[in-house]
Amino acid sequence: MSATLTRPSLSFAPVLEQKLKGRVTVEERPAHDIATLVTDAATLKEAALFLRDDPAAAYDLFLDLASVDRSKLPGHATGKDARFQANYILYSTRRNEHLRLRVNLPAKDPAVPSLTGVWPAANWFEREAWDLMGIRFDGHPNLQRLLTHNGFVGHALRKDYDKGQRWLCTEEDLLQTELAAKTDDPADMFETMTLNFGPSHPTTHGTLRVVMRVDGEKIVAAESECGYLHRCFEKMSETHTWVQVIPYTDRLNYCSPMINGNGYALAVEKMLGIDVPPRAKAARTVLNEFSRIMDHLVCIGANLVDLGALTNFWYAFQPREEIYGLLEACCGARLTSSYARIGGLAKDVPDNFVEWSRSLLPTIRDRIADIDGLITKNKIAWNRLRGTGVVTKEQAIAWGFTGPSLRASGVPYDVRKDKPYEMYGDVDFDVPIATEGDNFARYIVRMEEMRQSMRIIEQILARFPKGPVNSDDYRVILPPKEMVYNEMEGLIYHFKLVFEGVKVPAGEIYSFTEGANGELGYSLVSDGSGFPYRVKVRPPCFPLFAAFEKIIKGGMVSDAVATLGLLNIIAGELDR
Amino acid sequence: MKTPPPQPPLGPGIPSTSGADFLTTKLDVAVQWAQSNSLWPMPFGTACCAIEFMSVVSSHYDLARFGAEVVRFSPRQADLLIVAGTVVDKLAPVLKKVYDQMSEPKWVISMGVCASTGGFYRAYHVVQGIDEIVPVDVYVAGCPPTPENLIHGIMELQKMIQSGELARHRASKTFVPIRVGTDPDLSIPAYSDGVMAHMTGKKELPQIGVTAESELGAKAKADAGEGHR
Ligand code: SF4
Repeated sequence: MSATLTRPSLSFAPVLEQKLKGRVTVEERPAHDIATLVTDAATLKEAALFLRDDPAAAYDLFLDLASVDRSKLPGHATGKDARFQANYILYSTRRNEHLRLRVNLPAKDPAVPSLTGVWPAANWFEREAWDLMGIRFDGHPNLQRLLTHNGFVGHALRKDYDKGQRWLCTEEDLLQTELAAKTDDPADMFETMTLNFGPSHPTTHGTLRVVMRVDGEKIVAAESECGYLHRCFEKMSETHTWVQVIPYTDRLNYCSPMINGNGYALAVEKMLGIDVPPRAKAARTVLNEFSRIMDHLVCIGANLVDLGALTNFWYAFQPREEIYGLLEACCGARLTSSYARIGGLAKDVPDNFVEWSRSLLPTIRDRIADIDGLITKNKIAWNRLRGTGVVTKEQAIAWGFTGPSLRASGVPYDVRKDKPYEMYGDVDFDVPIATEGDNFARYIVRMEEMRQSMRIIEQILARFPKGPVNSDDYRVILPPKEMVYNEMEGLIYHFKLVFEGVKVPAGEIYSFTEGANGELGYSLVSDGSGFPYRVKVRPPCFPLFAAFEKIIKGGMVSDAVATLGLLNIIAGELDR
Repeated sequence: MKTPPPQPPLGPGIPSTSGADFLTTKLDVAVQWAQSNSLWPMPFGTACCAIEFMSVVSSHYDLARFGAEVVRFSPRQADLLIVAGTVVDKLAPVLKKVYDQMSEPKWVISMGVCASTGGFYRAYHVVQGIDEIVPVDVYVAGCPPTPENLIHGIMELQKMIQSGELARHRASKTFVPIRVGTDPDLSIPAYSDGVMAHMTGKKELPQIGVTAESELGAKAKADAGEGHR
């Protein structure tokens, strides 16, 4: 079942291979995966600098670091050299290309040089890989645990770590040393004071924590901390079948669950080499866009409450309730939809789906217009949002931003446009960008995105396809009951699917979609069994929150609140 | 002179005094009645359930109808802690601190299966039910619970406050958690043995923090049925 391998043509590869003489190789990959370069730990930094700076490569955006423990892969003898792998996922905003830079690491003391100096966005990703996989990053400025607490022992995503092994945490980390390292004059305890913000604070809309050193109202240093909602998504995925992972994906970005499930299903479908029928594609696209609207509405509504504009919250939540109605009719759940399936959808959309969806649009449009009328030209909103939380284009790229926050800084990267999936290639829509990079830009980009989402929905509803919603590949979708009862083959398919689950051919993929907050990537590794070998999510919020402490430094505390809300950090996705 | 028809009672435990313009009641009952109808919730929202909590307080489901709309984000101003979402080990000390900061009388609703039992996160970093850390009065099932289900939980709590049941248990250092589900007939007390013991006066009461999750056998279930009606 394995797909044919091809060697991707990378224009810069000959130069790089020449330069690093045999220490970098281009790996053969199946067509559905991204191009991959393999190097070793000693060459990594050199290769990284080349990939960033060479104009033919220009991989300026650091997307993800996906680590793998290969010790339980079939054919892998433990103790042999490459037990661990560090896969750096890179993207070039200029060339619209993804690249995986792979380093193989030994079982004993896996260590690579830190790439924080090359791509600042690598900082937290490396801490995460250290925390969960135990890969050491030499030269990292602060290689500490990130997602788990300080009392934790071991590295949870290693294959020999028991999934249920908990460690008690009885005390909070006060983060004083980290903060002191960031304050210019740590000895000066009279002029400044420490302000703890979160993890249980209303404006974090979840469980985020920032400890600040403030001079009056001004923030002189800040240290952000996450992991207060680390629910072990990746470990849980490894212990469930491919289909059972879908409910877990719902709870990543719980403001727009449909998008996560869709992204995951798409990744697995690519590995399986199956295509879903047009009706499923259309339904997925429509619901994705409704989810995007819901997500942006929560972001804007909740953020405006923090700024003191309560009315907008009610305006934002009314259309959400109505979209929930539609989702409930489709899949039976309001929030955690679990609607996407590998190979299609859980079940067909209701008969009146098209009319129903269409009837929601006027309400959404009206409520958005209400918010627009209250806020967009409002003097208070201008004072609070304009010029606060500014992120320049260069900063946004260096910090690994994607999604509305990147577009608000003037980089028009949108996966839906640049690497279309589902039905996005067949519809006409614009990618709104702003150039100011401040909170107001992020607000205005989101407002416009909602209108564009409605445009997409309208176009698809106008030619909503008929037919089945599930692929007829019975390796992944249960065959119809008549077939099971009357044909031997049907019975076998049914039996195998129920008892063994979907079997994804051994292999690896990085698949990405446009989540509500940015690029949502899944790095999946399969060993050919019914369970995923490794699931790594590239959460859009992660780099956003990592950069938060840098954005707010030098600003006011109250502006930090506005910035936090409009970056839209969702804890479920941040901590997984 | 005709006697006026008997009036319906003004509140639980408050008898109507037909025709008269005063009431007699016990102070406790009046206080409990007032407390149950003016709960000040503090949402300890951590995850997806918090989003549903937002729906409950916003216009469509309107928690104000139950007198519990004054959402406070300072534990010192709240008397009802609604834990909405997964609590992980790293967050556990925070939850404990928030609970300790609330002043008596205080109640706890555990919203969603994650807060109640860890949900489908049987994993290395997730608290397997917040009753490991704080006592819980009402468990609301669902992932996330529908807004109706949470409202049911709150009404259930109101009943318990009004009946004085919780106050009595607090005084004797016990608490009586109950589970509510989509089907009220299937609601099961979490500490069934303890509850039953108290109601029948046969057994020792469990101490705060003692969990008896395993005691959900058929007998306990049947007993619970008797005990609650
Ligand atoms: S119970 Fe379900 S909806 Fe609630 S926090 Fe847990 S996973 Fe999320």
